[in-house]
Amino acid sequence: MKLLRELLFPVIAVVVAFVVGGVIVWVIGDNPFEVYGLLLGSALTWPDGIGYTLFYATPLIFTGLAVAVAFRCGLLNIGAEGQLYVAAFACAWVSIKLGGTVIKDFSGAPIGYGWVSLPAVVLVPLAVLTAILVGGAWGAIPGWLKARFGAHEVITTIMMNFIAVALVSYFTQYYYKAPGDPIMESVPVGEAAHIPRLGAFVPGLPERLPLNVAFLLALLACALVYVFLWRTKWGYEIRATGANPSAAEYGGISVRKQIVLAMAVSGALAGMVGINEVLGYRYRYYDSFSDNYGFTGIAVALLGRNHPVGVVLAALLFGMLQRGGIFVDAFSVHVSKDLVQVLQGVVILFVAAELLFRGPFGRFGLLKRSKV
Amino acid sequence: MNNIFNVGLLLSAMRLATPLLLAALGGLFSERSGVINIALEGLMLAGAFTAAAVTWYAGSPWVGLASAVLAGAAIAGIHALACIRYRADQVVSGTAINILLTGVPALLSGAFFLSTGSTPQVPKEQLMPYTPIVIAAVLVPLTYYVLYYTPFGLRLRAVGENPEAADAAGVSVNGMRYAAVLISGALAGIGGAYLSIGQSSLFTRNMSAGRGFIALAALIFGKWRPVQTMLACLLFGFTEAVAIQLQGVHLFGGEEIPTQFVQIIPYVLTIVVLAGFIGTSRAPRALGIAYQKEK
Repeated sequence: MKLLRELLFPVIAVVVAFVVGGVIVWVIGDNPFEVYGLLLGSALTWPDGIGYTLFYATPLIFTGLAVAVAFRCGLLNIGAEGQLYVAAFACAWVSIKLGGTVIKDFSGAPIGYGWVSLPAVVLVPLAVLTAILVGGAWGAIPGWLKARFGAHEVITTIMMNFIAVALVSYFTQYYYKAPGDPIMESVPVGEAAHIPRLGAFVPGLPERLPLNVAFLLALLACALVYVFLWRTKWGYEIRATGANPSAAEYGGISVRKQIVLAMAVSGALAGMVGINEVLGYRYRYYDSFSDNYGFTGIAVALLGRNHPVGVVLAALLFGMLQRGGIFVDAFSVHVSKDLVQVLQGVVILFVAAELLFRGPFGRFGLLKRSKV
Repeated sequence: MNNIFNVGLLLSAMRLATPLLLAALGGLFSERSGVINIALEGLMLAGAFTAAAVTWYAGSPWVGLASAVLAGAAIAGIHALACIRYRADQVVSGTAINILLTGVPALLSGAFFLSTGSTPQVPKEQLMPYTPIVIAAVLVPLTYYVLYYTPFGLRLRAVGENPEAADAAGVSVNGMRYAAVLISGALAGIGGAYLSIGQSSLFTRNMSAGRGFIALAALIFGKWRPVQTMLACLLFGFTEAVAIQLQGVHLFGGEEIPTQFVQIIPYVLTIVVLAGFIGTSRAPRALGIAYQKEK
């Protein structure tokens, strides 16, 4: 019964969003049923549709978990976007430096970017760890700013997003771009840093699909977050802080510590997007690669009711929309893939304004929040 | 190197500060009344798109500007309804509006103009390159006056600082907040209109490019006060102008100056100010809390 109630509001929000989106599509002059058929149908074909849907869902599971962990502590991490950028860049940096990247210049002479060439058994764990630690550190900064100075995390994380984007684009442009490369991207990482695509193991799934081991890592992260939040002392203290900071403080929990810890864990989860992107997909750092993963993570977490299982379900839904959006762009007359953004926006709005569904006497659904 | 800092730079700083100032003043009304408005980015996009599309159809920038005001206010109305009537989390609602508005204008441009998300070019004689600058300049003393010397401003500040007391004194807390959020949408709409039919001549996808967030930063940097906020906007406009001027400029040894470091100045300053390293920036006391009458 409790599960049913938990599921009810997200489902209503999604249905309402689809209705609103359908009306917009109809006003624009296309047939909503055809557009939705295209949107969802193209995401469920085997192997391409499902393979890409899972691939697009991977970063959203990470960012959804990131936002959910912070939310459980009463914090809104709008900084997942910045955290995943610095983490992805750091991950690529380690894989270039320790992966022994060598490229050829115009004349064919080799230019070495790496220091050493480590074998995969050492390099991959190092690169993965780097993404996690750097994301965590970038997330911990706004946590510390809040714990130490009371600076509101919403504003500081927004500011740190811009700082992150500028920093990594600076390093890419001036230090790690191949000479003459017109695209803002780093040199490729060492081949030892590549993680396998799932096509290598799953029968019927071609290896050209970018779905990779990072997807399994995302599912593992969900399980770990569950254990962390509901089966460890730290998780309990984080949730207690989120539920009622003054009661937690009174009960002997250091609220300041929990804020920093929750933001660090949150940032680490967001940083894991870099593993999927750099080690599993593009094999280099590609500037501004994130398709608003950090912000969509907010939608994923809210729709998934800040629970790891809900996050996976919501990420799969948004992964489907992203895959289907490409087909809507290509095959429908008037409607573009921007419809996906509209659906996401409406979903968050309705999940946030849950009271709308509970009636005027319903209780306040979301976590109480501190002041900006 | 010597000729970088000149009158042109100051003029360019003023032009770049204008959309920030309009949006930040909008944010000021909303936040002084107690409603967080991180939706400024989306509201600017709504204004930018509407202004360009309507000006193109109607052939008059005034009609375009008026429509941008209405569009900004209408979208802000959604935010107000969610936050005030349905007591939604104000940051989440603002985020939803921002995501929604990265989609809607592009979707509509694509449908109406069969483009990839931009509007057709508005002819040069129908652009409005100066009026919004004047509007912004006039709005600063006007906001100051309204905020500190009118009953409306007193009530606005009261509902943002102590809604219970304001309510007890007979002020409609939620009524004031609706008004404030709608004003913020209207002003951010003008800011957006300036981007599309003032600085540019068409709407392009995500053309606000984070200016709504810089405006928010300026508001905090300016301690939620009109004159200080204007100074913050001018400072941020100036850093942007410098960043543009420095593009492609080579230093003594032929090294290019990385503009990224100039671009991040507003964000770093805002964090520094929020952390209390340079004075303190205190938010209205009731900011972010939906008001519910005692039963």
